[in-house]
Amino acid sequence: MNWNAWVPLLVVISSLLPGLIIFSLPEDKVRLRITLNLFGALIKFLLVGLMLWGVYNGFHYEIRLPLLPNLELVLRAGPLALLFVTLSSILWLVTTVYAIGYLEDSPHRSRFFGFFSLCVTATTGVALAGNLITFLLFYELLTLATYPLIVHRGTEEARQAGKTYLRYTISGGALLLIGTAWLYSLTGNLEFTPKGFLTNMGEEHYPALITIFILLIAGLGVKAALFPLHGWLPQAMIAPAPVSALLHAVAVVKAGAFGIIRVVYEVFGVEFSATLGVLTPLAWLAAFTIIYGSIRALYQDDLKRRLAYSTVSQVSYITLGVAIAGPIAAIGGVVHLVHQGVMKITLFFCAGNLAETLGIHKISEMNGVGRRMPWTMAAFTIGAFGMIGAPPIAGFFSKWYLGLGALNTDQSWVIFVLAGSSLLNATYFLPILHRAWFKTLPESWPEEHDFGNKETTWTLLLPPLITAAMALTAGLLVTMPFSPLEWAKLISAREFYQP
Amino acid sequence: MAIENALMTFPMAFPLVSLFAVTLILLPLVGVICCFLMPRISRTLGLFTSFANVISVAGLGWQILEHDSYRHAVGGWGAPLGIELYADGLSLLMLATTAIVGLAISVYSTAYFKPAAGVRFWPIWLCLLTALNTLFLSEDIFNLYVTLELLSLSAVALTALTGSKEALSGAMRYLLASLLASLSYLLGVVLLYHSFGSVDISILTQQMQAPSATLATATPAVWAALGLMGAGLMLKTAIFPLHFWLPPAHGSAPAPVSALLSALVIKASFYILLRLWFTLFEPLVDSQAINSLLGLLGCTAILWGSVQAIRQTRLKLLIAYSTVAQIGYLFLIFPLAPNMGSLAWNGVAYLIISHALAKSAMFLCAGNLLRFGGHDRIADLDRVVQRLPLTAAAFALAGVSIMGIPPSGGFIGKWLLLEASMNQGRWDLVAVIVIGGLLAAVYIFKVIGYTFIPAKVTHEAHAVSARMQWSALLLAIGAVLLGFLSLPVLSLLNISDATITSGVGL
Repeated sequence: MNWNAWVPLLVVISSLLPGLIIFSLPEDKVRLRITLNLFGALIKFLLVGLMLWGVYNGFHYEIRLPLLPNLELVLRAGPLALLFVTLSSILWLVTTVYAIGYLEDSPHRSRFFGFFSLCVTATTGVALAGNLITFLLFYELLTLATYPLIVHRGTEEARQAGKTYLRYTISGGALLLIGTAWLYSLTGNLEFTPKGFLTNMGEEHYPALITIFILLIAGLGVKAALFPLHGWLPQAMIAPAPVSALLHAVAVVKAGAFGIIRVVYEVFGVEFSATLGVLTPLAWLAAFTIIYGSIRALYQDDLKRRLAYSTVSQVSYITLGVAIAGPIAAIGGVVHLVHQGVMKITLFFCAGNLAETLGIHKISEMNGVGRRMPWTMAAFTIGAFGMIGAPPIAGFFSKWYLGLGALNTDQSWVIFVLAGSSLLNATYFLPILHRAWFKTLPESWPEEHDFGNKETTWTLLLPPLITAAMALTAGLLVTMPFSPLEWAKLISAREFYQP
Repeated sequence: MAIENALMTFPMAFPLVSLFAVTLILLPLVGVICCFLMPRISRTLGLFTSFANVISVAGLGWQILEHDSYRHAVGGWGAPLGIELYADGLSLLMLATTAIVGLAISVYSTAYFKPAAGVRFWPIWLCLLTALNTLFLSEDIFNLYVTLELLSLSAVALTALTGSKEALSGAMRYLLASLLASLSYLLGVVLLYHSFGSVDISILTQQMQAPSATLATATPAVWAALGLMGAGLMLKTAIFPLHFWLPPAHGSAPAPVSALLSALVIKASFYILLRLWFTLFEPLVDSQAINSLLGLLGCTAILWGSVQAIRQTRLKLLIAYSTVAQIGYLFLIFPLAPNMGSLAWNGVAYLIISHALAKSAMFLCAGNLLRFGGHDRIADLDRVVQRLPLTAAAFALAGVSIMGIPPSGGFIGKWLLLEASMNQGRWDLVAVIVIGGLLAAVYIFKVIGYTFIPAKVTHEAHAVSARMQWSALLLAIGAVLLGFLSLPVLSLLNISDATITSGVGL
């Protein structure tokens, strides 16, 4: 019996099972629910650690279960999968702690945490999927599991936001389905393979393959909030803060971006995609989304909406890194998957803290908040500087490699996009910081909750501090083994240099 | 020694498989009689019969897995003189679906019907079960007619069960459509019998496929038989544009009855259509024109039914129109099967089963909501997610399968159909399948969206028993789990007589 095969499945089950149990718990079993949540998150974290160690030592983690005739459900822990699954398992643990604090005493927590766990199950499945059909399966599960979280508050506004979300994501899922089925009927293969599995296709298939590429990228682009498919993201801000954190940093948006990496690297292969001539348009689209998202962010007064548009912009860095089609840019793109996640989740945690503690939702209400909540705003500041790309915070390294990679492949226009975007990032983040730290405190806050002499409860404060510290560490220890950047280098080397 | 010999020969004379097959027919029939004789314990009898039915189907399945497809001459008289029973993979799957859905609905009905109504419900439901079981085991077109008639009459009686004005008018429309359809089918049977002197499907098939009986000699009588039987069965299956009777009948019947009608009854006539089309009518319908026409009807049904479902404001009508749309998918087998036999065949069979589970779950959910809130207006569902979480979960899970989102049985079926269409370059069908899924998402989530938000309360809420909630939920879970069972189910499906499915290239 090969126990290693079961590890990827256990990683998925470690959040599925607690989730299903939590659904059945009555509302007042708070302690049991928290225990289950943390237990699942910890087990997942440990299992992922085991896989990291194992893959480093040359073990192979793969499980294949029959799904359809000739098609299997495959879960496999490759380097790319591990990068994403590590990110999501760590951030899930942190977000769970945060959500427990955030939703204290609010109604329907069993339902919330049940779907929360399902959401992470789906994300883990997306990360570990070893072929396109498995990916599709979990990708759709993710759509379904996030919907109840978005409409969680049960207001008419939440229902509308949920409707918009579904309109985008279900259509995206349908495009992905057509692309996948078409690819299968054309090649009879859906297995993720380094450098892709389409190299042997004759030229007569190129038009069909280009169409499939567009279908797949469009289907994934909906979740990755690629322009013009990003419309659902700002609306989904109606959801509670931990959900926003999950949507933006761990699950939905990331699943889309991760899927784009998979499709370009392991279905089509970078070289073959370049032959098809589909990467340059994708790079332009990503670049446009980066600038567009930043400009839209400038005009938002609602803090969470500004962060949402910032996500639209930042996630496209990943797509850009992939589409530039060079090994160095690839490092930048792939590592940004992790860096953006850590930084953006910090920002959303902080925004949630402001809303929960002081009732602040708008940027114009943030005058002097740094003195009232210094720790929260310190974390926010680190996240914001990371987004702008200031060294030594993680975000700098993503942009550095993206820029280098662009020069390396003679696409110097990307430098201007990066510079312009950094400038815009600074324009929409620095005023917030200025307000928070240097303006005078108002007479009273919109809706202040009293937490004694602390600025807020520790369950709300600790998560952003941890993730901010991670963003700093990922930047400071960037050359250590097991750092996200080193993994990204490994992935890039595998795609570009290995025979 | 003598005893040993007797034991050795006994199974030869009356093999175990026949025991199970005959039990499947006699058991519910005995149940009907007992229900009439002892109305006071009809609920227990009904439940017991449904349960025993599941065991018999399991036994039959076990035997068929051991010995392949099965033929039994009732009373020792085989065709062409006597009646033959026949079971292969497809009939086994239909029997199994009937048994499982039937058991869940029986459990549900024990809580749903008050004793007074139950006295009328149980015998008719067992009568319906007898008809279904016999139908799926029948091998000749006249026997199929008899079972079809019995099925329709019991179905109509069940529809009219509440006796409300709405139910009676729905049932009347259903009755007229149904009688017309049966008559048309019967005429076809008569014409075939007149031409070939037999009603046994395999004998007829041999005669039709014999070298002498080419299309040239296919007399007008045979063509007329094809048209009459096809039209009759299509009317019973409620394919667009012959679906007019379905929404009022399914929408006004009591919830468990709607579930039976949508999940099983219309599938029975489709099953006959499928059998006839790919065996005895196969040489005739090989021409693309008829199959394209049926495919076109299927496509229209998908789009029209879905759009109508979206427009409904009452839950039960929404689900009924969704059935109209889902029947459309089944008809895609006709344009796809001639070239991509097994893919389309597998896909449609899978859709039949998963739709049966999902749609019955949905109607049972609707029954729960109707009981709970006293109405089924979608916009006034009022936080059902919090108040009836199991029912909401059941509806959502069943919805996943209806939309064809993975992981679910509906997804597997649609994936196989998509593959078949793509391999044939039928992009029009691809588009319809995908758009149908999107439209289904619109109407399913229209309901789910309202279950989260508060609405004005018009009725006092009534408690819904756990049995009613769980039977719906288990059916829905079954529909989702089917998404992981494609290999065993499809391998079952492929057990067949070579002659019966030769047409679809198995």
